[in-house]
Amino acid sequence: MTKKQKRELKKIIWAIVFLVAAILVPIPEPWNLALYLIPYVIVGQNVLKTALRNISRGQIFDENFLMGIATVGAFLVGEYTEGVAVMIFYQVGELFQSYAVGKSRKSIAELMDIRPDYANIEVEGQIETVDPEEVAIGQEIVVRAGERIPLDGVVVGGESMIDTSALTGESVPRKVEIGSEVLSGCINQSGRLTVQVTKEFGESTVSKILDLVENAASQKAPMENFITRFARYYTPAVVFAALALAIFPPVFIDGAKFADWGYRALTFLVISCPCALVISVPMGFFGGIGAASKHGVLVKGSNYLEALSQAEVAVFDKTGTLTKGTFTVTEIETEQGVEREELLHMAALAEAASNHPIAVSIRNAYGKTINQDDVTGVEEIAGHGVKAEALGRQILAGNLRLMERFGISCGEVDTIGTAVYVAVDGAYWGAVVISDEIKEGASETLRALKASGFKKTVMLTGDNKGAAQKVAERIGIDDVRAELLPGDKVEQVKALMADTSEKGKLLFCGDGINDAPVLAMADIGVAMGAMGSDAAIEAADVVLIDDKLEKLLDAMKVAKGTLVIVKQNIVFALGVKGLVMLLGGLGYANMWLAVFADVGVAVIAILNSMRALKL
Amino acid sequence: MKKVFKMQDLDCAHCAAKMEDGINKLDGVNKATISFMTQKLTIDLDETRLDEIMKEAVKVVKNVDPECEILL
Repeated sequence: MTKKQKRELKKIIWAIVFLVAAILVPIPEPWNLALYLIPYVIVGQNVLKTALRNISRGQIFDENFLMGIATVGAFLVGEYTEGVAVMIFYQVGELFQSYAVGKSRKSIAELMDIRPDYANIEVEGQIETVDPEEVAIGQEIVVRAGERIPLDGVVVGGESMIDTSALTGESVPRKVEIGSEVLSGCINQSGRLTVQVTKEFGESTVSKILDLVENAASQKAPMENFITRFARYYTPAVVFAALALAIFPPVFIDGAKFADWGYRALTFLVISCPCALVISVPMGFFGGIGAASKHGVLVKGSNYLEALSQAEVAVFDKTGTLTKGTFTVTEIETEQGVEREELLHMAALAEAASNHPIAVSIRNAYGKTINQDDVTGVEEIAGHGVKAEALGRQILAGNLRLMERFGISCGEVDTIGTAVYVAVDGAYWGAVVISDEIKEGASETLRALKASGFKKTVMLTGDNKGAAQKVAERIGIDDVRAELLPGDKVEQVKALMADTSEKGKLLFCGDGINDAPVLAMADIGVAMGAMGSDAAIEAADVVLIDDKLEKLLDAMKVAKGTLVIVKQNIVFALGVKGLVMLLGGLGYANMWLAVFADVGVAVIAILNSMRALKL
Repeated sequence: MKKVFKMQDLDCAHCAAKMEDGINKLDGVNKATISFMTQKLTIDLDETRLDEIMKEAVKVVKNVDPECEILL
């Protein structure tokens, strides 16, 4: 508790003591009023003072003023106990509110506390601690076991396991050794690492993330704005209703007493503060953003969290998003009697000198070193492949046209990738298929997205139709737009956005390479594995720190959960307030109930909002 | 130019909304947002008049809640 809170608590306790005393001490009316005024002044003086000060500045519809009127009113109609008790309750509620808000602020701050405090640099064998901001690119820093890596860099000494959970939400530690890139914000778990810094502190991952999350709260969700606007009209409306309730019935209804209707009006005033909503709604969103960042999903604003919850079309870029974007040998087809290993060896020999990605992936698949001396002659046939002489044999490796050209008969391989046909000494041996691998979990993620309410999934790619169709079938995507140039993607997404329902939003997920304009244009642009691509982070609304597609599900879960909490709060707060007002107007609710509808509801709504942090 | 200021003793969400409204009405302010949760004022303003505008902003804040401060 802060000092201010402790002070308030003391006042409340004293007020309760004096109130009990006032009730117990038998002093006849009207002299007992003096006794009741003691606890009232102790607990309510600040409220009254603030109310007076605000009136002098022309701010009438202020909760202090309303509480002041309500309790003074209670005294005027002779309900002394109630006047004091309502004020005490109000203060208890306020205290609890401020405590809960402080607490959730703190837990969110802790969640995001990934800022490294220092960096170690080695000077003449001695380790010196410096401010991370003072370390320059190229300098070497030492990270000991248990320390947070302060700046992005490359490991140049030592090996260790690092905990990336603060950034990615991934709980399995990652092994790093010489040559590995490390990101600031991760924690070095075991060994001592020497890291050569590649980015200044301000450009480092940790600074970027902190920046992003801290600024997130400045982009408000439509629902937050609605609540702010609503609050502006709610209080005056309730106050005028109270006024009408106090004046009209006693004037127009026979036998209606002013004291009775005045009291009913006072209950209205107590409920007139929209605090429950004004605090709990932004707090829910804020908690949601915090929870998302715990999962390694950075959301740039509450508005995107709300949009995510309404997303109905998911558009994916293919390469780097649904697929790994790296080429590997995925299939090897051999003719009868040919060993797979032999076939790979022949292909690797033929491709020994080439730097083409396909050649590299064949050599990688072969795995063993190739003796360049074994290859005695290579002839590249443009658009077809290569003809090589190696180990005394003639090897042909290339596409179907190459086989046709040399009169070698073979069947066409049906595949999503690129097939390299291999013939040795004029006989067809088989084919090596190289393709971009589909990411693990891609089809499961898409299925789960569909199950969670997406109406349509679309894949955009520059690949040819046939290959794209096959990838789409394997992953289980509804619609494929193939053979697109980077500029066409913008057009496609524009058309798809026009197709969504009025409230439905379009989500575009890409890796930020070539698709920054689309990321920026989509209702929700999701960049994945984006740490390092500044353009993507700039353009995206949601950033998945690592490149796991499943994180999208986490993001959706948090977004939907947050919206559920926010809506619960709105319905609950307005429901209870409406009900108590109705009862109050009819004369069934007393001020105790009204004070519950005010601060009690606010506290419950705040506690509910705090759940968002744990999503 | 966008600037972010920390705020101290911002105790009520309702007040934050009022302050935000007031600051947005100031001349030279393009857009201001106050986040009750992070206790931060993000303000997009005319850079050449920074000092003058911030003086006005402090006035707005004090007017709503005298205990609340903008840490300039």
